[in-house]
Amino acid sequence: MNKMIRRNTFDVQAAKERCLRYRRRILDISQQVGALHIGSAYSCTEIVDCMYHALMRRNLDGSSPDTFLMSKGHGCMIQYVILEEAGVLSRRDLDDYCKPNGRLGCHPDYGNPGIEASTGSLGHGLSMAVGMALAERGRETDGIIYVVLSDGEVQEGSTWEAVMMASSLGCSNIVAAVDNNDFQSLGRTSVTHPSFYPLAEKFAAFGWETAEADGHDSAAIFGAISARSGKRPFMLCAKTIKGKGVSYMENVPIWHYRSPSKQEYQQAVIELEQAVQ
Amino acid sequence: MRNTFSEALYRAASSNPDVYIVVADISPAGSMAKFSQQYPARFINVGVAEQSMIGICAGLALKGCQPFAYTIATFSLYRPFEMVRDDLCYQNLPVTVVGMGAGVIYSTLGGTHHTQEDIAIAGALPNMQIIAPCDPAECTEATNYCAKQKKGPIYLRIGKAGEPNYTDKAVDPWVFGKLRYIKRGSDVCILSYGIIMQKAMQLAERFEAAGKSVSVISCHTMKPLDVDGIAEALARHRHVVVIEEHAPQGGLAPRTKQIAWDTRATCRLDTFTLQDAFIHNYGSHDDLLSAHGIDLPAMSARVGLA
Repeated sequence: MNKMIRRNTFDVQAAKERCLRYRRRILDISQQVGALHIGSAYSCTEIVDCMYHALMRRNLDGSSPDTFLMSKGHGCMIQYVILEEAGVLSRRDLDDYCKPNGRLGCHPDYGNPGIEASTGSLGHGLSMAVGMALAERGRETDGIIYVVLSDGEVQEGSTWEAVMMASSLGCSNIVAAVDNNDFQSLGRTSVTHPSFYPLAEKFAAFGWETAEADGHDSAAIFGAISARSGKRPFMLCAKTIKGKGVSYMENVPIWHYRSPSKQEYQQAVIELEQAVQ
Repeated sequence: MRNTFSEALYRAASSNPDVYIVVADISPAGSMAKFSQQYPARFINVGVAEQSMIGICAGLALKGCQPFAYTIATFSLYRPFEMVRDDLCYQNLPVTVVGMGAGVIYSTLGGTHHTQEDIAIAGALPNMQIIAPCDPAECTEATNYCAKQKKGPIYLRIGKAGEPNYTDKAVDPWVFGKLRYIKRGSDVCILSYGIIMQKAMQLAERFEAAGKSVSVISCHTMKPLDVDGIAEALARHRHVVVIEEHAPQGGLAPRTKQIAWDTRATCRLDTFTLQDAFIHNYGSHDDLLSAHGIDLPAMSARVGLA
């Protein structure tokens, strides 16, 4: 029997330890390749961890009736390392990341284990989530579609088409989060697009239920999403720091993509471990 | 043709609860109204939001459904192009993108509503299949195929309203990926697809009046193209004519020339396409085709029938 287990409790210390492991693993992988989106993965580490470990329901066989969709595809390293730990992806898959014979690239590809949609080009994920949500409703199943978006991605007109449609179609089974790290290639989004803020009220104006939280506070993320009414699509506007956890990476745009040098790597290891102690 | 599409889709939806249609603010012609009334949960109108139309179809297909995206061809293929490419073709999902009123059918609406390059654009996408039925009967066959197949995305290029049937007495049945002889002769072969088949049939009559034995072929599946079938037609006839309502690049005309070169064909080959131009002419569909050089007198003169 695939008896469903819903996890209602959330262990903050366990989440901290997991997130450290994930950041360490991503850091290690960074030493195998010239570039990976390390800053983008670090900014949404706690959000993605919370969705996978605390919010998505699990059957005894490890499968889930819920769906995770990484709309900000460039943040997929965090998804990869979570799937690796869960045994969905293998260590070899991760070791072969961005290598000629590997199957994992810088953006998630549908068809790879645990990857529910191909993303990478921004502004695609939320519409696909609406379609998935409608399919769940059509089949009278109760699957929830969890989506993580970037704040840069929310500048895409296509994202707002989906925002409009999700609420118009009553897709209350969509739970999304914006990883609002305030950075994109040409600077701070709050400076380049000041009229975009505050973000939550824009979604609320379209009929979404919204909440705001510190995107690195796992308990706050869990609390905000768990408190949703479930009557409307839900958007968590999570304030995050790009490159969170490593001082020289935090809020420095070059770490969107770069891999650290040997020396930088060692410093990052020390800082990450100190932060959890 | 759009009415037969709607009726075929309604029937498909009646027997398969996974068939969805996602439309972008297009009037529910024919059986589309019936579909929306009877299966409201599976009739989704996104309004003027075509990018979400394609993305929603992708999401439905990722969960195992069989969705159709439906609006005027320019808005179903061009406006959400990157969604068609990434969401449907890259993920290879069985979604049918219906391009209604393709070509220059919307003659008075101007270039914004003309679809002159769709075969080239859709044809360049890996995994994309293209079907362009020539009459309502073929449209029914094509829609039935689209509603069942799981191979990948399809661009279904259809006409608008009021087209007659040309294939009631066709020599061959409709088979995806195969040329279909509507009539079979031995001297001249006319290859065409889509509703411009009307011109092909008229030109065939002219050839026959001049004593020629004429084949007329519906090349309804534009991708994958029946290369062997075209090679055989080039080999079996002394004179081959291609007529298409499409730009000179990336359609049936250049493909036929390519196959003729590859197979060292020796027949005479005449091709008629739209021009590589936006033509500002606001008359009837026929007027606009004439402005592009596709009418019976002009074609007759060029193929030696004048």
